[in-house]
Amino acid sequence: MNSLFDVIFTTDFAFSVLRVTTPILFAALGALISNRAGIINIGMEGIMLVAALAGVIVSSYTHSAWVGLLGAVMSGTLISGILAFFTLKFKTHIILGGVAINMFASGGTVFILYLLSGDKGSSTSLASKVLPSVEIPLLKDIPVLGPILSGHHILTYVSIIAVFVVYYLLNRTPLGLRIRSVGENPHAAQSVGVSVVKIQYMALLLSGFFAGLGGAYMSMGYLSLFTRDMIAGRGWIAIAAESMGRSTTVGTALTSLLFGTADALSNALQVLKIPAELIATLPYVATVIGLVIYAVSETRKKNKKLKSPLVK
Amino acid sequence: MFKVKYFEYIRTSAVIVIALAIAFLIISLVSDQPVKTIGIFLLEPLNSKGHIGNVIEMAIPLMFTGLAVSLLFRANMFNLGAEGIFYFSGVVTSVLAIHLTLDGWLHPIVAIAAGSIVGALLSAIPGILKAKWNANELVTSLMFNNILFGVGLYLLNYHLRDAKAFANVSYKFEKTALLSKMVPGTRIHTGLIIVIVLIIAAHLFLYKTKWGYELRMTGINRNFARYSGMKTAKVIILVHLIAGFIAGMGGSVEVLGMYNRFQWTSLPGYGLDGALVAMLAKNNPLSVIGAALFLAYIRIGADMMARLSDVPSEMISIIQAIIILLISAEQFLKFWKNRMLLKEAKEA
Repeated sequence: MNSLFDVIFTTDFAFSVLRVTTPILFAALGALISNRAGIINIGMEGIMLVAALAGVIVSSYTHSAWVGLLGAVMSGTLISGILAFFTLKFKTHIILGGVAINMFASGGTVFILYLLSGDKGSSTSLASKVLPSVEIPLLKDIPVLGPILSGHHILTYVSIIAVFVVYYLLNRTPLGLRIRSVGENPHAAQSVGVSVVKIQYMALLLSGFFAGLGGAYMSMGYLSLFTRDMIAGRGWIAIAAESMGRSTTVGTALTSLLFGTADALSNALQVLKIPAELIATLPYVATVIGLVIYAVSETRKKNKKLKSPLVK
Repeated sequence: MFKVKYFEYIRTSAVIVIALAIAFLIISLVSDQPVKTIGIFLLEPLNSKGHIGNVIEMAIPLMFTGLAVSLLFRANMFNLGAEGIFYFSGVVTSVLAIHLTLDGWLHPIVAIAAGSIVGALLSAIPGILKAKWNANELVTSLMFNNILFGVGLYLLNYHLRDAKAFANVSYKFEKTALLSKMVPGTRIHTGLIIVIVLIIAAHLFLYKTKWGYELRMTGINRNFARYSGMKTAKVIILVHLIAGFIAGMGGSVEVLGMYNRFQWTSLPGYGLDGALVAMLAKNNPLSVIGAALFLAYIRIGADMMARLSDVPSEMISIIQAIIILLISAEQFLKFWKNRMLLKEAKEA
């Protein structure tokens, strides 16, 4: 057990928690916005995967990591836009639409990767660029905090800023108010002149934008290339994090951090003599447990409400 | 003269035509010899007895998971856990196929039964979580897929692995455990009979029994079903048990029918394809047969195309996504349906 603590109570481990939380946090914020507008975007996983590939392709052809990032984010928004078009215009079932996006992404990315690089596994032959990591002046010299908080990938800092941006967007802007009102009661929103479909379009596009950032981080930060199915369930974990965070910005950010910790733990424990296959399941086990705890407490709350004489 | 009641068939056919048209478009964009490539994609699966056999072999697991997912979708449960259960039940069956010595036909029966029961029990977990606490079954079932894969791979690597084999495979199954082949020159195995019997049984269950009725009503409107006195929680757990049983049996049958040792080092994907089959079949058990054959046909076509031309087989997943998006699109071709309704009303 000693060696377990040796692994966890280090600045390296705390650093890696932030590193692996980043993609989950981006996607969870995206899921949060669309959920608040009353739409469950199940396509997170696929959108991230497409964006991760787009970042690699665009950056390798333009020789610029920043243009690559733009390409990733735009492709994420575009895929989300396609999903929005089908669900809002053609009334495709939102969950099945999301399943379709994921199915498209898992094969489609390999298809495009093969056409461009002749390789079905990874993008090693494409000279893609990586976004830089940033040392924060002053902060980096503080002991303990410095090694944990400084030197991260730029998108990791963007993800932390994004939490505040999303909080501000949802709670302090007219668009945020409309998103929340559409999600809570579309008919009431409609009756006061809010275009429900338009707001839901906006929310889905924004969720694709954030998933795109998460995807870009995976292939241009977390790793420096694209590999098939590299999102590996992070999109789903993000959806679970959002659900467990009770659809609040702060809650979502905290549960994302929790799942990031589980993920980092599964990486860190690889050095111990526990089979890697079992350790790899840790984030998923954590997700199920988290989801169950959330669901149980919600049910209790609802039952209490029903029994209370005040609410009739 | 088209009638409104045939509308769903027309719509499904239209979706398939559109999807194939897009497939041709993609092929002509990326292939050097588009006409030849399209020819391979469409005709090669039917070109020889062996190839037709390939289509039917591939349709068997798709029928199992398609049937399982159909029942779940019918109860309005968006559960995609058939994927992990298919895999894990395959591992369970492999353990018994390797370590058990039984005479003749008893061996596969015991091994398949074990896989099916394990599948049912595993599937019940998301079902119970949904029925009792309303935990989102989609997320839990997908997490279970990853967990079951991890545990299954662990069992393969640490307990079943044949150190003498060069690849990451298990020890060989006992000969007595294998399912027998039915058609010489192909690998079509007795699993085909098992799945057809299951499909007929599911059809009778769904349309001729009280439980089946309750299942369908719960799917249409859970609150309404509850207010009319049905125990919807029980129905939800029941449908998960049945679907898990079928998906588990699918994994077991596939392992014993097609292989002589366990060799899946990634999730085989039949569970998610099952969702596609279920949608093509409109969640009708009998239609699952046709839907699975169609999907197997375009899959084998894509495989042949990848082998004989310059177009990779992953193209097919783009086609599948388009099929799902359009099949589940309520508004797609709705204007046409409305026009037909109007016409019939006028004639009447």
